[in-house]
Amino acid sequence: MALLQIAEPGQSAVPHQHRLAVGIDLGTTNSIVATVRNGIAVVLQDEAGRSMLPSIVRYRADGIVEVGHAAQARQALDPRNTIVSVKRFMGRGLKDVAHIETVPYDFVDSEGMVRLRTVAGVKSPVEVSAEILRALRQRAEASLGGELVGAVITVPAYFDDAQRQATKDAARLAGLNVLRLLNEPTAAAIAYGLDNASEGVYAVFDLGGGTFDISILRLSRGVFEVLATNGDASLGGDDFDHRVYCWMIDEAKIRFPSIEDTRRLLLKAREAKEMLTGHEEAPVHAVLATGDSVDLTLRADTFAGITRTLVSKTLAPTRKALRDAGLTVADIKGVVMVGGATRMPQVQRAVAEFFGQEPLTNLDPDKVVALGAATQANVLAGNRAGADDWLLLDVIPLSLGMETMGGLVEKVIPRNATIPVAKAQDFTTFKDGQTAMSFHVVQGEREMAGDCRSLARFELRGIPPMVAGAARIRVTFQVDADGLLSVSAREMTSGVEASIAVKPSYGLTDSEIAGMLKDSLEHIADDVQARSLREQQVEAQRLLESVEAALAADGQLLRPDERADIAEEIAVLRQRIGGSDARAIKAAIDSLNAATQDFAARRMDQSVRRVLSGQKVIDLKL
Amino acid sequence: MSITLSENAAKHVANFITKRGKGVGVRIGVKTAGCSGMSYKLEFADEAAPEDVVFESRGVKVLVDPKSLPYVDGTELDYAREGLNEGFRFNNPNVKDQCGCGESFNV
Repeated sequence: MALLQIAEPGQSAVPHQHRLAVGIDLGTTNSIVATVRNGIAVVLQDEAGRSMLPSIVRYRADGIVEVGHAAQARQALDPRNTIVSVKRFMGRGLKDVAHIETVPYDFVDSEGMVRLRTVAGVKSPVEVSAEILRALRQRAEASLGGELVGAVITVPAYFDDAQRQATKDAARLAGLNVLRLLNEPTAAAIAYGLDNASEGVYAVFDLGGGTFDISILRLSRGVFEVLATNGDASLGGDDFDHRVYCWMIDEAKIRFPSIEDTRRLLLKAREAKEMLTGHEEAPVHAVLATGDSVDLTLRADTFAGITRTLVSKTLAPTRKALRDAGLTVADIKGVVMVGGATRMPQVQRAVAEFFGQEPLTNLDPDKVVALGAATQANVLAGNRAGADDWLLLDVIPLSLGMETMGGLVEKVIPRNATIPVAKAQDFTTFKDGQTAMSFHVVQGEREMAGDCRSLARFELRGIPPMVAGAARIRVTFQVDADGLLSVSAREMTSGVEASIAVKPSYGLTDSEIAGMLKDSLEHIADDVQARSLREQQVEAQRLLESVEAALAADGQLLRPDERADIAEEIAVLRQRIGGSDARAIKAAIDSLNAATQDFAARRMDQSVRRVLSGQKVIDLKL
Repeated sequence: MSITLSENAAKHVANFITKRGKGVGVRIGVKTAGCSGMSYKLEFADEAAPEDVVFESRGVKVLVDPKSLPYVDGTELDYAREGLNEGFRFNNPNVKDQCGCGESFNV
């Protein structure tokens, strides 16, 4: 029978209606899926008992896609088709990607988001991320024994609209219903806030594989308010690996490492880094493609030395976040550490020194975000009593504004405004008799539109001709709970209106997504059809052979007209067997079966008679 | 009349209640629902109702409302693992018939 979980009082689900929901930490290096079971947030493991799914996808020439450990195992052998750290490319153009020279992919700089050329075709980061999410969804469905109602997916607080939209798109492609996108620090706070239930202002220091985020949160009476966020969207554990890699290249005097060598050495660099968390030194052994071997020892103090600038790069955004929140180090009651890279001793030391206190590390820094997301998903799926509900306040990471004449930016929603939020601002015409106006929505802190990220453009037409400055055009910016923006413009005297749900220029268009979804659905139909056709063909072949064998053996049992009938049916079936219409084949099988029914009965009678003839009933061994 | 917990089930229930931070035990019951007539109720119990029948098995309190009791009397609650999935299983001697998935049953 089905396995049951203990529910909260009064919350037992009706059979077949469990509201299964998960939290997903879609990380740069590793991804994790968690759920709430028996009232407790737990990480779901795979068959081998592993919690982390490496965020690695490998495309094979035969169309098979490997995800996670399988892909990681092939990483050094097939670097071009093995996509790691794809989160860095989400919603990004080619120029935004750091260290592009060390990334072994064949980039295609298409309009908007960068794409990667693999042996299985050109893939967008959204499609690659969807493969990771699909693997997590399958793991969750196998673990929970049912279909998911939805998922809460976490994103760095620093993600702009384009990156958030790309994440949502990936979830849709993976067949997941996104209950909500949740900022990673907020998720971490939920995980910690539940266990510790302690009020006050906290800093969440999140150094993951590829991104650094610092968030200042206030926890009070069960409400989490993000006061400020800052960070560096291109700084993380991978950069520490890269420093070690550069050190190895220097020390071992390697001149032109091949793509495979680069990959192998980066892997060794990561191993050395991880070893130094518990040890004073780490040996580095590698054999290069040339046959040369690398034999080095990395000492903890050397490692701290070569990564000092990276560590200090985390402190500048931390200072800025504190300043944005109007707080000083003295106001911070605790520091929550998130992300595997915060295990590095030099990082913990620097954070302790900066805040003047030891950071909190009592939850696993790799899992804390997924656990918080699972808790939130459980609430959103309706598995908790309403009284326990909490409000979640999140903030806009970067100001949202409008380009005005001269390429200047008029900020409509300032950075760190709490969401959901709607703000309106009036604009006017620039020229006499101007009947149309074009809007350019941008995101960023810079004054010139050209320096900010362009999110969308749209036009308002049909403004009644007036003198310049007389028209009143109200532009409303609205950001929903997921941090996604819609903008509308309305001319107040005539009521003409135009609006746009921000389709960031870095995202996939709706039609692209629809196309991909349709493709996969169409293929499902094709696959099912192909299968049933094949089944009918096999059945037809079997029938033809047996009928022909029977005719050869006992054809004399048939009258000529009967024989002609059967021959006709055989001809029909023969003609249809090579076709692609499974139903037509089935029809021909059925009528041949019908035509040979009498024949089969007569053959049966005859063989019985043959067996029985000349024997006494008493001798029969029945 | 009795309701018991297997050792594994008792261990898990105790563990879940500790992690949850509150609760006096586990409540078992039936309700009329599902494709085969009745389905199980398995919940944390924050307090006992006056009419509850309370059993204790391996240190865990099991609360049952008197209306449900005839349908679950003699049940052993077990904790099992099936592939990646794990959870509680009712070994209920009263069950005559159950739906394919076992989520609902009749007696």
